[in-house]
Amino acid sequence: MALITFTNKGIYCKQGDFYIDPWRPVNLAVTTHGHADHVKWGNKGYLCQELTKPVLLQRLGFDLPVQTLPYNEEISINGVKVSFFPAGHVIGSSQVRLEYKGEICVVSGDYKVEYDGISTEFEPVKCHTFVSESTFGLPIYKWLPQETVFGQIRNWISDNHDQMKTSVLVAYSLGKAQRLIKNLAGDTPIYVHNSIANLNEGFIKAGVDLPETIRITPEIKKDELQKGILIVPPALADGKWMKSLHQAATGVCSGWMQVRAGRRWRAADAGFALSDHADWPGLLSAIKATEAEKVFVTHGFVSTFSKYLNEIGIPSAEVVTRYGNEDDEEEEILKEA
Amino acid sequence: MRRFTQLIQQLETSNKTNDKIAALVSYFSTADEKDKPYVIAMFTGKKPKRPVPTALIRQWATELSEIPAWLFAESYHSVGDLSETIALVLPPARHTTDRKLHEWINDLAALNGKSDEQKKEFILYAWDNLDTQERFIFNKLISGNFRIGVSNKMLVNAISKQSDTDSNKIMHSIMGKWNPGEITYDELIAGSHVNTDNSWPYPFCLAYALEAEPASLGGTDEWQAEWKWDGIRGQIVKRNGELFIWSRGEELVTDQFPELHFLREELPDGTVIDGEILSVKDGQVQAFSILQQRLNRKTINKSQLNDAPIGFYIYDLLEFETKDIRTAPLSERRSLLEDIVAGIITPGVAILSPVIQFSNWEQLAEIRQGSRDNNSEGIMLKKLSSFYHSGRKRGDWWKWKINPYTVDTVMIYAQKGSGRRANHFTDYTFAVRDGENLITVAKAYSGLTDKEIKEVDSFVKKNAIEKFGPVRTVKPELVFEIAFEGIAESKRHKAGLALRFPRIARWRKDKVAAEINTLDDLRQLLASTL
Repeated sequence: MALITFTNKGIYCKQGDFYIDPWRPVNLAVTTHGHADHVKWGNKGYLCQELTKPVLLQRLGFDLPVQTLPYNEEISINGVKVSFFPAGHVIGSSQVRLEYKGEICVVSGDYKVEYDGISTEFEPVKCHTFVSESTFGLPIYKWLPQETVFGQIRNWISDNHDQMKTSVLVAYSLGKAQRLIKNLAGDTPIYVHNSIANLNEGFIKAGVDLPETIRITPEIKKDELQKGILIVPPALADGKWMKSLHQAATGVCSGWMQVRAGRRWRAADAGFALSDHADWPGLLSAIKATEAEKVFVTHGFVSTFSKYLNEIGIPSAEVVTRYGNEDDEEEEILKEA
Repeated sequence: MRRFTQLIQQLETSNKTNDKIAALVSYFSTADEKDKPYVIAMFTGKKPKRPVPTALIRQWATELSEIPAWLFAESYHSVGDLSETIALVLPPARHTTDRKLHEWINDLAALNGKSDEQKKEFILYAWDNLDTQERFIFNKLISGNFRIGVSNKMLVNAISKQSDTDSNKIMHSIMGKWNPGEITYDELIAGSHVNTDNSWPYPFCLAYALEAEPASLGGTDEWQAEWKWDGIRGQIVKRNGELFIWSRGEELVTDQFPELHFLREELPDGTVIDGEILSVKDGQVQAFSILQQRLNRKTINKSQLNDAPIGFYIYDLLEFETKDIRTAPLSERRSLLEDIVAGIITPGVAILSPVIQFSNWEQLAEIRQGSRDNNSEGIMLKKLSSFYHSGRKRGDWWKWKINPYTVDTVMIYAQKGSGRRANHFTDYTFAVRDGENLITVAKAYSGLTDKEIKEVDSFVKKNAIEKFGPVRTVKPELVFEIAFEGIAESKRHKAGLALRFPRIARWRKDKVAAEINTLDDLRQLLASTL
């Protein structure tokens, strides 16, 4: 009997009778991280890493039944040992390690291998079975070191200031926004959209060392904003509000910006290939480090990546899940908010 | 190369014309002198001979990146551009270089005639000395296909602004034959080469589509109405005993149309006329589908000459007795043109495009309804006082086209787009009903907003039935109204007919698949046009 199976509700551990990142309501949802495509409302119980808790409360309701576990600590659920290891994707993001009768399985959720300065650094975990994302599972996706990309972003901001343009960085509220804040913080004030400000409050209360930011409110003057750095989620990037700013220049921060078509699709003034997902070499190195005998490939370039793994001698299979629609989900959250 | 790479990035990161022009002006003010003519040549589509075939470039890139060929193909599919795919999959470059753009271009040209081994050595050297962005540019230099959203007009406006020279002069100067290795930027601006060549055409004067009611144009006596012919716009240049035929794509097509060569004897020297290349049989203009048999052929056989004989319907006179008369009013140019045409002896081939007589707009609207009877697309309205402008200018010339044909279809296949639309399902195939079956009649990819594309994209992802490589078969559910300009018999298509210029007119969310048109509807339409 395999330790995990893939069902129409999500990834299921029969022995432990719990699900990992289910998309339909279940009794116990073991949650890798707080992005809306990985955690849904309506489960009877949630188990997540400590720093994911504030995100779940913020997004799903403050009375949510959430139990937490720090990284690298183990609990037993119906005999299955469950523990969280850092996935490096966003603050609190975890790989879920399951062990039962010597068999080890790791469900990684979303992950990246480069340390981003704010999320706990990715830690490879040896296992028999590994479940990997494949968002950027094509050899065209090779990230530059983040310091290089932040150099580009800083130059862009300083050019905008010289030209009296307002710098608006477009980034997911959870993850990319905090990464930008941590790495861009300095003398220039950083203004953030409500959805980001709310999450930041939760993180700061939970003890995350996040630099100070200012919540964007209608009272703040446009020329003050022009002198700062604005961070907003994707759903706001095309809105009326942008037009009200003083000469807004938008810079989209996303792995999709690696490709010209992606940059033109977003019709942004600038695109920065800054991703919270592993690039092609990152995926391969992470998978090899697990020494897994079997790799299940989920959301992304699933069939291509899985086929390649098989060709290089790593037995792999494709799995259909509901993950990988961060864009749509973010927009839904904003509508609800 | 770095400066040019920077220019391309600037051009790509803005979709505002003013930003693009500013980037071009800045480039022409600061770039290497020798690079500039090459950039102009590239942007106006002057392609050098391709030094290395695509297949080899692709093979070397695959080898070097140590990925299997199928994975390269998948990557290419996702990126939508071969030059960019190669730039991205290659391992990072180990060196950098300051080599100039024109040096790279000349080195590439020098590869012609060398062995494959020598070519490979040079290409690999280049890839190892250029960063990802520069590599992309370099790969584009090999292919010569540089499409980055800079129109000739935009380039001309930028050069005109940078050099403070009249834009018509620049346009005239950069069109046609010159060699970027033999001319300086300043010479190009001065147009010193222009008079030495007999072939120089003038930029075409183009019209905007008339969206408003024609009554908004004012009195009918200020306007000349003509049929809007559905052929290939052409310009015939006769100077110093030589005859040249230019198409609107700024291509010399003299050899393709031998029927018009008699004009070398019958037009006076120093004459340039503007008109439409059409297929004309027994005095009747034929459908565009007939003319199509004669286009883009290297050789023409007897049956093609017989089946699709060529005629030239003359609209305008641009050069008269060696003088540029484009700034004379249309009424004057037309009367001079009538004299010129009267001097043509051979009958029925090069004729004046008739002026439509009308006394009020209602009457003209009625005449316009009959456009399809003579295979025209509607009516052209030209102000009698108008100049012959360079390019498109609002207000003086209008095309008042008849409404396109439309058919309601259902989407049955979807494919990811390329370029800007890569990664979204944007290319669709549409079908009509044929008894119990659905039969493909058109493929189209334009006419939807980005928001609608996203919606269709998500429908395709949820409703894909089968996968053939990049193509998804989707549940026949979404109904689209397809507009098209013409219909022709076709042996190549399963439906036995082909639509001309099909595009999505509307997404008919109000209709279900049972309500779409049938193949019989289209067959009846076809029969009515023959």
